[in-house]
Amino acid sequence: MKLFQRLVPWILLAIALFILPAALDDFRLNLFGRYFALSITALAIDLIWGYTGLLSLGQGIFFALGGYAVAMNLMLNTKSLAGGNGIPKFFENYGVAQLPFFWQPFWSPLFTLIALWVIPAAVAGVVGWLIFRNRIKGVYFSIITQAALMVFFHFFNGQQKLFDGTNGLKTSTTELFGQLVGSPDMQVWFYRLTVLLLPLAFLVCRYFTSGRFGDALIAIRDDESRLRFAGFNPVPFKTIVFLVAGALCGISGALYTVQSGIVSPQYMSISFSIEMVIWVAVGGRGTLVGPIIGATVVNYLRSLVSEALPEAWLFVQGALFIFVVVLMPDGIYGWITKGGFRTFLAAFGIAKKSNTYPQLDKEAIPVD
Amino acid sequence: MSEPLLELNDVSVSFDGFYALTDLSLKLYKGELKSIIGPNGAGKTTFLDVITGKVRPTKGTVSFKGKSLLGVSEQKISRNGIGRKFQTPRVFENLTVLRNLELSASPEKNAFSLLGSSLPQSSKDEVHRIMNYVGLTPFATVKAGSLSHGQKQWLAIASLVAQAPEVLLLDEPVAGLTDEETLRTAELIKSLAGDHTVVVIEHDMEFIRDLGFDVTVLHQGQVLTQGPLEKVKSDPRVIEVYLGPPEQ
Repeated sequence: MKLFQRLVPWILLAIALFILPAALDDFRLNLFGRYFALSITALAIDLIWGYTGLLSLGQGIFFALGGYAVAMNLMLNTKSLAGGNGIPKFFENYGVAQLPFFWQPFWSPLFTLIALWVIPAAVAGVVGWLIFRNRIKGVYFSIITQAALMVFFHFFNGQQKLFDGTNGLKTSTTELFGQLVGSPDMQVWFYRLTVLLLPLAFLVCRYFTSGRFGDALIAIRDDESRLRFAGFNPVPFKTIVFLVAGALCGISGALYTVQSGIVSPQYMSISFSIEMVIWVAVGGRGTLVGPIIGATVVNYLRSLVSEALPEAWLFVQGALFIFVVVLMPDGIYGWITKGGFRTFLAAFGIAKKSNTYPQLDKEAIPVD
Repeated sequence: MSEPLLELNDVSVSFDGFYALTDLSLKLYKGELKSIIGPNGAGKTTFLDVITGKVRPTKGTVSFKGKSLLGVSEQKISRNGIGRKFQTPRVFENLTVLRNLELSASPEKNAFSLLGSSLPQSSKDEVHRIMNYVGLTPFATVKAGSLSHGQKQWLAIASLVAQAPEVLLLDEPVAGLTDEETLRTAELIKSLAGDHTVVVIEHDMEFIRDLGFDVTVLHQGQVLTQGPLEKVKSDPRVIEVYLGPPEQ
């Protein structure tokens, strides 16, 4: 049994790498690639919300920044999309003759590969540090992150001359290594890349949540000011995890962008960032497996429902969220690991209640 | 006498015009053991808030080992050696008893040094010794949130001891405990005497007597009187603040 448990991650990885590509058609495989990309964002949110108690409603910022970074590089390096003066055609529509200065470094693929996670991380680090050092917590933190999201959204949405505004940047028609990014062959490679990066993101999150650093995160979630009286300054802890989460969201956004074929300010819409939180809640926060389950299941369900009843998805999503909050407070994964079906019965008052210390049941505790 | 370890001079704290402390002056010497009593609203908890950096006094000075504590953050004061247990037992509910103690006992308080490194063996031994002393060893792997109130009080005190501060400030350590537990808490606190400076705030007179520390009575944000419990108890002013003015 122990051996089996140790093998489970490898089995899942093998299924994702070899069986799914063989079993699914290109379209479905691409969808799963997107789910796994979104799972990285879910992991990031779990790191800051599930473990540290920081409910960020602005992770879309970092997701979109990663997406824009990769899209800018692809657009610049695609000759067929270049206009008269060698820069992407859309600039002509707005009478821009010269490439904006901040586009320049994105000619370089190496710079882009670094920027797509360093820029979101830097933004998250600075924003986080300013918020945390001023001791802004709880619901105020959520409101500020959402406000920041709106600022970024309106900036990207309104700047046609810089980012093609609301149209976003289309990557599916760009070229990489001489191939169309939207081509099935390329998409399979992006799928494989995502499947390999997701476990890495998992390991990064595990590195930060296990051990004493992880204990401190949970302590921050439980009682932050108490931690100060134990001699710890919570600000660096929170800044570090927020920065790491920003980097992960950037990577996730870049992977999602190349697989969905476009990055647009819609990635910074308020509802999308809230959905990210819902994935984590549905999957099970405070565990590292839960968010992956949540992001995959919710988005898979979304695809299925949207195909069958295009208008019904938002209702289903709302119902799902309420269902989970009421009947599975620990999410799907927490539900499976902590009692499963019995908790349903308990919600209706017909299950046997567990004792206070289940692990101490067997040996009577001496009372002195 | 030598320099006081902790010194409060003319400290006043006002919350929107209401004075919780008025010109309070108090000295605490190394190794001193003190109980602080006083009716509700006498400023006992605010007194601790001022020392631990939670509340900044409106006026006056607070110094520890000759250095001012004004404007110093809570975590720095704690690292300097002033530890505090809160009125309600505040423990990290989602960490196990062992992890609670290990976190408090950690000599490294820096975020980067906690990454990847484990607790030094000497601290681990100390944690086990303390855990054993307060009788929480059978609950080492139980999450603190599922402990009983009394056990949480003990865990809170044990966490404070694990932190190894020079000055221990205990705000109502026996609130909600049974007589038996109260007695054992008194023993625990007395066992700390000697190498620590201890300040205990309590309402429970039985417990104050068990401790046998010198008593300071606070009233309306000021020191009313100080001395051994018996002497303080017979002081007519103390009787008056507790029971009201004598009938004429």
